[in-house]
Parts: sequence; structure tokens; C-alpha cells
Amino acid sequence: MPSTIVTIELNGTDRELIARPSTTLLSALRETFGLMGAKRGCAQGGCGSCTVLLDGRPVVSCLIPVVTVDGSAVETIEGLADGERLDDVQQAFVDHFATQCGFCTPGMIMSATALLNRKPDPTRQDVTEAICGNVCRCTGYEPIITAVLAAAERRRGDPAVPTPTVPTPTVPTPTVPARPAPTEAEV
Amino acid sequence: MARVTPIDTAYFKGERAGDFAVIGSAVPRSDARGHVTGRTVFFEDMTLPEMTHVKIHRSTRHHALIDRVDVSGALEVPGVLRVITHEDVPNNWYTVLRLIGVGPDDEPVLAEDRVLYRGEPIVAVVAETEEAAREGAARVAVGYTDLPAVLDVEEALADGAPIIKQAGTNHFVYEGHHCRRIRFGDVERGFAEADRIIEGRYSSSPIEHAPTEPTGCIVVPQGDGRLRIHTNTQAAFFTLDNTALILGVPPTSLRVVGGTVGGGFGGKVDVIVEPLACLAAMLTGRPAKYVFSRAEEMQVSSPRAAERISIKDGVMDDGRIVARKITLYVDAGAYSRHSPYGTTKAAAHMPGPYTIPNVHVDAYCVYTNRTPSSAMRGFGVTIGDFALESHMDHVARELNMDPLRLRLKNAYRDGDMKAHRKIASGTALVEVIQSAADLVGHDLPPEYRAMSSTERSEG
Repeated sequence: MPSTIVTIELNGTDRELIARPSTTLLSALRETFGLMGAKRGCAQGGCGSCTVLLDGRPVVSCLIPVVTVDGSAVETIEGLADGERLDDVQQAFVDHFATQCGFCTPGMIMSATALLNRKPDPTRQDVTEAICGNVCRCTGYEPIITAVLAAAERRRGDPAVPTPTVPTPTVPTPTVPARPAPTEAEV
Repeated sequence: MARVTPIDTAYFKGERAGDFAVIGSAVPRSDARGHVTGRTVFFEDMTLPEMTHVKIHRSTRHHALIDRVDVSGALEVPGVLRVITHEDVPNNWYTVLRLIGVGPDDEPVLAEDRVLYRGEPIVAVVAETEEAAREGAARVAVGYTDLPAVLDVEEALADGAPIIKQAGTNHFVYEGHHCRRIRFGDVERGFAEADRIIEGRYSSSPIEHAPTEPTGCIVVPQGDGRLRIHTNTQAAFFTLDNTALILGVPPTSLRVVGGTVGGGFGGKVDVIVEPLACLAAMLTGRPAKYVFSRAEEMQVSSPRAAERISIKDGVMDDGRIVARKITLYVDAGAYSRHSPYGTTKAAAHMPGPYTIPNVHVDAYCVYTNRTPSSAMRGFGVTIGDFALESHMDHVARELNMDPLRLRLKNAYRDGDMKAHRKIASGTALVEVIQSAADLVGHDLPPEYRAMSSTERSEG
């Protein structure tokens, strides 16, 4: 099949590219437009590192032939900040130490952004479900969930959510009720 | 017993004085801003003109002789630029740890007359596109004669087992010995004196690191004749030196650009992708990218070694462990990588943080026809601790004794001689167990509360 010209609205600007039928949205973003924020982790839709917003919905861009999204709006991690000013989700990820190696971070932030656009006041469960397709192998899910909830508050304009002065503990200090010592027979 | 290293409490006296600018406050990570904006540059975040792609034809057999390799099908694929076989590799044999004197060089960059594990690289295909490289690699034809495979550590060491290594043994040789040994006291006398003998056997499977960013690199020929290696290695100088030795070039002709790793956990300390990508760049004069697919990352990249550990304890009725004999097998897979070192670490970690007067350890680094294993977070120690602490619980159950008290009774104290002839210092196991008991509301009798790492009340 021949290559075709595809037009997408990329982070608010109309862009064109010549695409082969096998060109994925992820390759178009990275190789044609030089937007390296979306990552290729598995190339099989399993890790979520390549998540971008397609007409507002989070999608794994590694599985989408770009010719099938002609005329759509695509938002990537590069479109979030206003110059050097981070958006609320990005800032919350920085403030709450929700990054480690950083490879899953762009995809994670795009999934979170899609959630907050759809549901400004999410529950913890909502956040968990929204990022369930994004794998963080450094296993930092707790601070990520905390960051997304903080971003939601900040976006709603709740009385200025203060930047934490210490990292939010991810595991509360155990307050296990005292229990009798095990008898010799139990142990 | 006196503490060997007295605690210098004066040093931290001013800690809470309030004049620290950093300690006690949250300091933003310097890399977080790049991560949240997508501006952090990982090795793959570049598109270069004329970039070529490397894909590998891999062994489909666990253990086999290679009768023939036919690359003509690969060369017919449009876009394939060339193939690389072992004959193209200047110094095909290496082992990563030769940099610190470990030998022999037991692994080929590309297989020669045999393969020792399923997934072993045989031919590299360099092409204009990733698709063409993949297609070319699939079109390479290899003829095999299967050999008996050894897939179990104890079978590998059994009499009459097929010897899979050219060095002549299915185990790494430690200074002339068949395993890494620790001998401390007289374990047989300890068993004879003990009230009871309690044994256990523990085993683990290989564990894959599964980083979100696959292992890979991009090599760029520079104008000055050097090769620039953009890589996600966790060990830049292992990569630099081993790659230079394999290529037969001075290390100064290579430039490693790294430091940004999308998840490593030990899985990116081997030197696998860089030598072949460098060769591809040298042979084509163009940039070359070699990055594992997810399937390769799961099957071919080296996992944490599977281990099998047998523990035999001589125990007194009051809970004192007077003898511990350990036989430990590390499944290195087909090649050494970091396993000879990991096995030594495992041996030195025995018999755990306990003072036991009679210890006997045989730690084997065993070769099998499985994927080579290597480093992963605390390798050599992690699985050993699983076995040791599982066994401590087992002993406690057998003695009908509180597992914390069993550990407190046997915990090492400052000044104790450890089995590998190092004096324990700065120990804190007693205090850690006491604090943990408090946190979970676990009662300890006064004599256990009074215990201290700095002195031994009895014995």
C-alpha cells in the first residue's frame, strides 16, 4: 500500500506527515516530529509508556497506525507545560516525589491528565484505575497516586494546596494494636 | 565483649540544632523536572540521519553443535546492509569480570561451533530499517545437531553429566576448588554435640528485572574517528573496557554517553548490545541502533540466578545454634557473567547475621543450558536471606519457640568472629528486632529486652 498524507492537530497545531500504513502514532511522534516524551517500552501495548491523548482519550500510541487517526487531535507530554511553567499534574509529580527513573512518567502523567479532564474530583480508586495500564517497575505507585490526587485539588482551586515540606510518607507509621504475645504453641 | 568500633555519639550531637539546610527538609530531585516534561534524554531519544538497525538471529536450541549457518536469505531482504558472524568479531571470547581478574573468557559475542542456551546470538543483521533487520534475522538458516541439555544445577554436577563447558567442568573453579568454601570450627563435632538436627531445603526461580526501558544502545561514528556510544548501561566503565577489548581498539577510541537508565535493577550491567552495535557502525560507517525487543528482554537478558540452598543445623534445646552446614548452588546459566562474584558474595553472607561456632559452606557456581544469569539487586544475598530466615522460622517451629527470641539468642554481637574471618562491628540486629517487636506489639521477656549488640550477656 502506498504512503499517504496524514494531518493531525498536535498539541494545538496542525501538522502533516507522510506515513506508511505500518507507521505507528508513536513512531510519527518520535521520528517525524521529534517529540521524544512518549516512550517505547514494549511496542505491544503492555506498559503504557507511550500513552498520549487522542481526542482527549488516553491511548497507547505504539499500537495505533497513524493513518487511522487522520484529522484527530493528539496531545503529548510536551504540550502540557506553559513555557517553563509546569502544569498542575507535572508540578504535583515533582512535589510529591512521584518519579524515579522517569521512563514511565510521561505516560503516567498523560493517563492522569485524561482522568482529571474527565473527572475533576476523583477518588483514590479512580486514580488507581486510570493508571492501571501504566507500568512503573521502580514500583513507586503510591507517591504517583498521591500526586494525582494533589493535582486534582490544585486544579479545583481548593485553598492553595501547600507544597509539602517533607515527602508524603507512602507507608504510614504502623499503629498495629497491641496483641498478646504468641504462646509457645502458636509460634 | 567490648565494642570494636565505639559509637561516636558526639558526632551527631548537633543534628537537631536546626542549622542544617538540607537534612530534615525535602529537596526536589534534580532530574524530576526533566522527567515530568519528557525532556530527560534516554539513549533512544534521538533520530539520526542514516541510522541502521541491528537484529539478531538466535539459537532455537538449548544445547547443540552448529553444523551450518546460511545467511544468503538475509542478504536477499531489501534494506539489509550486511550480516555479522563470529568471524567479524576481532576478539570474540570474553567474560565481563576479566577486568578484575576473573577467568577464563568463557562467552562468545556470537556463537561459533555450538550454542549453550536457547536465545544465544548467532548472527547479527544490519539493515536500513528495523523491519528489514528483523526480516533478515528471521531468514538466517542454521543447521544444528542437538546435544544433551543440562537444565538443573544438581544434575549438572552429578557423575556422568554431559560436560557443557569447554573449560572442562560444569562449575566455576575457585582457586583450584570446585566451589567457594567456608570452613569455621568443626561442623561435625557441632552436630555431635547438638540436641537436635534440623534440616531444610530452599529454592528459587530466575527473576527477570523487566525494566520499562529495554536494554539498548545507539552507536554514532564521530568525525574524529571515535565511536560515541549512547547507552543505558548501568556500568559505563565495564562497557567501555569490555567493548574496547572485544573490538581490539584502545578504550580512548570509544566514548560512552550514559547515566540515564529507564529502570535497571542490575539487568543492565552486562555488556551485550554495545560490542555488536559498535561493529555494525564500524562495518557500515553509519550510526547503528541495537535495542532488545520486549521478548528479548524477557527471554535473553540475564535474570537473577535461580538458587538452591540446603541448610543443616545442629541446635540445642534452648535455641542456640551450634553448627550450620550449607550447600548452595547458583545457576549461572550458560556463561559466567557476574555469577562467580555473586556466588562468592553468597558464601560470605552465610551463615546469616548469627554467631554460630561451627560453620561449613560449599557454594557452587554451576553452569547449565539456561539463560545466563547475572546481577540483580543484592544478588548472591537476597535468595540466601530468604533461605536463612525461612530456616530460622522452621527451627523456631520445631523447637516450639518464639522466632524473635530464637533470633535474639543467636544474633551476632560486636566483636564476634564471623565465619569468613571478619570481626562483626557496628551490628544492630538485636536492637532492630527489639524495635520491630515493639512496633507489632510482640512481648519480649526482660532478659531479651536487656540484650544488646555491644555485649553478650551469656556464653
